[in-house]
Amino acid sequence: MTPADPPYPRDPSILRGSMQRRYSRRDMLRAAGLLAGTGLLAGCGVAGARAKAAPSDYWSHQKPTKYLDWAQWPLYIDTATVKGKTVHPSLQEFTKETGIQVNYQEVIQDMDSFVGSIRPVLASHQSTGYDLMVLTNGIYLTQMTELNYVIPLDHAMIPNFFRYADATAKNPTFDPGNKFTVPWQSGMTGIAYNPKYVKRPITSFDDLFDPAFKGKVGMMADNQDLPNLALVGIGVDPAKSTEADWRRAAKRLTQQRDEGLVRAYYQQDYIAPLSKGDLWITMAWSGDIFQANASTPGLDLKFVVPEQGAVVWTDNLCIPLYSQNPVSAMKLMNFVYDPKIAAMIAEYVNYFTPVPGAKKYILDDAKAATAKADRTSLEQIADSPLVFPTKAMESKLYRYATLTPEEVPVWNLIFEPVYES
Amino acid sequence: MSRVHADDASRLAAGGFRRRFGRLTGYWLALPGGLWLAIFFVVPMIYLLSLSLMTGDFIHGFTQTFHFATYGHTISLYHDQFIRSIMYAVIVTVLTIVLAYPMAYWIAMRGGRNKSSYLLIILLPFFVSFVIRTLQWQFILADNGFVLGTLKNLHLVGSGFHLLATPVAVICGLTYNYLPFMVLPLYVSIERLDSRLMEAANDLYASKFQALLRVVFPLTVPGIFAGVLMTFVPVASDFVNAQLLGGAKTTMIGNVIYTLYLTNNDYAGASALSFTLMGVLLIGIFVYARALGTKDVMEAAAL
Repeated sequence: MTPADPPYPRDPSILRGSMQRRYSRRDMLRAAGLLAGTGLLAGCGVAGARAKAAPSDYWSHQKPTKYLDWAQWPLYIDTATVKGKTVHPSLQEFTKETGIQVNYQEVIQDMDSFVGSIRPVLASHQSTGYDLMVLTNGIYLTQMTELNYVIPLDHAMIPNFFRYADATAKNPTFDPGNKFTVPWQSGMTGIAYNPKYVKRPITSFDDLFDPAFKGKVGMMADNQDLPNLALVGIGVDPAKSTEADWRRAAKRLTQQRDEGLVRAYYQQDYIAPLSKGDLWITMAWSGDIFQANASTPGLDLKFVVPEQGAVVWTDNLCIPLYSQNPVSAMKLMNFVYDPKIAAMIAEYVNYFTPVPGAKKYILDDAKAATAKADRTSLEQIADSPLVFPTKAMESKLYRYATLTPEEVPVWNLIFEPVYES
Repeated sequence: MSRVHADDASRLAAGGFRRRFGRLTGYWLALPGGLWLAIFFVVPMIYLLSLSLMTGDFIHGFTQTFHFATYGHTISLYHDQFIRSIMYAVIVTVLTIVLAYPMAYWIAMRGGRNKSSYLLIILLPFFVSFVIRTLQWQFILADNGFVLGTLKNLHLVGSGFHLLATPVAVICGLTYNYLPFMVLPLYVSIERLDSRLMEAANDLYASKFQALLRVVFPLTVPGIFAGVLMTFVPVASDFVNAQLLGGAKTTMIGNVIYTLYLTNNDYAGASALSFTLMGVLLIGIFVYARALGTKDVMEAAAL
């Protein structure tokens, strides 16, 4: 710096620039922005996400492939460990028989996020990368079929389904004529409790409202299981329920919450608090309780079908739009309805199997089992009403309410404020 | 001689360059930032605003109808969660200031050679996923976990006492997760202080506490402002803590927006709520900035 530097910039244009009124440009930009903004506001819309229905001759154009990408929920198929590697024996049989390699991916944690992740992909006409996926019946599955995001099945390719499937698996209310889906496994939403803390037998939906359990009751935070079990609880068949019934059920649930009975509304995470004693009694899924007891020594949680009834749901095999290997997916659907394969899966997952004929194979396996413990557990599975429901139990099981797209927002507005308050 | 000439020539050339392009240099330099803002902030904002005024449904699409009633409708449905979120955000912000100020002060003033190690310790939890960190609080606060279990064994609290699934747990989780965002700006502003100012205050017979209150604190207000910006705004729209640690009546507005968007596909309602939340937060921040004095905000922005 030279000592002669003047206190102001040497270049007069800087001085001029700093004194000029400079709002005009900004004002112009602002005006332009406002104009463009209003234009944009009025201009854009969101196109409907519905895709064109698959053409009726879709299947005649499909070629067999040697590959299959399968999106599945965790712990939902038979598993074995061979030389430190996890394998699925039923899928190995499938590969042996058909030569099709299965890329089995346990990517579905809940319907919300899974459907949320594939829907935008399908809306932009891209393949999801899956050829087969397992979706629970309910609002999402209905939405997927409404959107034409699942491909109608080729019934000629699944003779095993028509020969061996249980009557309840055929023609379900959520998918008349099995147009889009065949069941994978089914399960129940009922009540579970921890007998360490609950010292009396639990028999009724009303036990969730017992003031003795204040602050120790868990309910589900969703717009399917919570509303439907509540409807069953107040003595209404969800499939025949009306808006007035929905309001009555929601009122009951709101009361339960406002009286401080409910500790929290849970999504998948109720097992840990139930085991630890943070929860004493909760809404629960049948298979969860079985698996929790099986995987934790000393844990003895109980699952109850309330006297009013329980909700039965079905996870379904279906083929997403833009699937690359749809023929492989159909072959797998047919394969898992072979009673021998269905038995392999049922022995492991312990949900309702859609193949009653699997019972014989489970009993055969029990006879062949060398270890006594294996034999007893296989016999238990063959006799378990949680795998092969009895007629008495079937009469107490109710399906989810089937909602039209117009009814869904009404339903959500009634039930969401219960668990999102 | 020739060197002098060359110097003059280059200076002249530079002057010419500056005269011709100098006026625009600032704009060129700002271009990447401006583009970034335009693409990732302005365009989505306009889209969000536009979406909030549409009507329709996911299957058939949404059309622009300038349906302003969506705003009134969603706010009347979810004002409880809205007010709760703002309340939680205020409480959490105050808690983080109370906790972070002594921490930042101590590290800046007494940290000595280990300053960076202490800062690293504060940042260390950030190497673990947000969700996992929050889940740890489920273990810490479990009804019969090591904290409450011990207290219950000592009969300091009743056997029915619990923290999980209460607002206390949600506020604890939020405070824990956002504390570093308060510590860092405070540390920067305290670290920059000229220690001679404190000496001068002491020379002028200010006690240590008075020096802290009248000299250090006012000078670090910009740091507090930056910290408040970085905690208050994200806390008000957080949804993870309420989801994992909350109970029957701790739903925050973030959870509602999440459900509206992903479960119900009510894009218009979700956008309207998001936009309202943003508006309320902006107004709150501006009111707060006014209360602190605008000049300080500019300094804070320059931090």
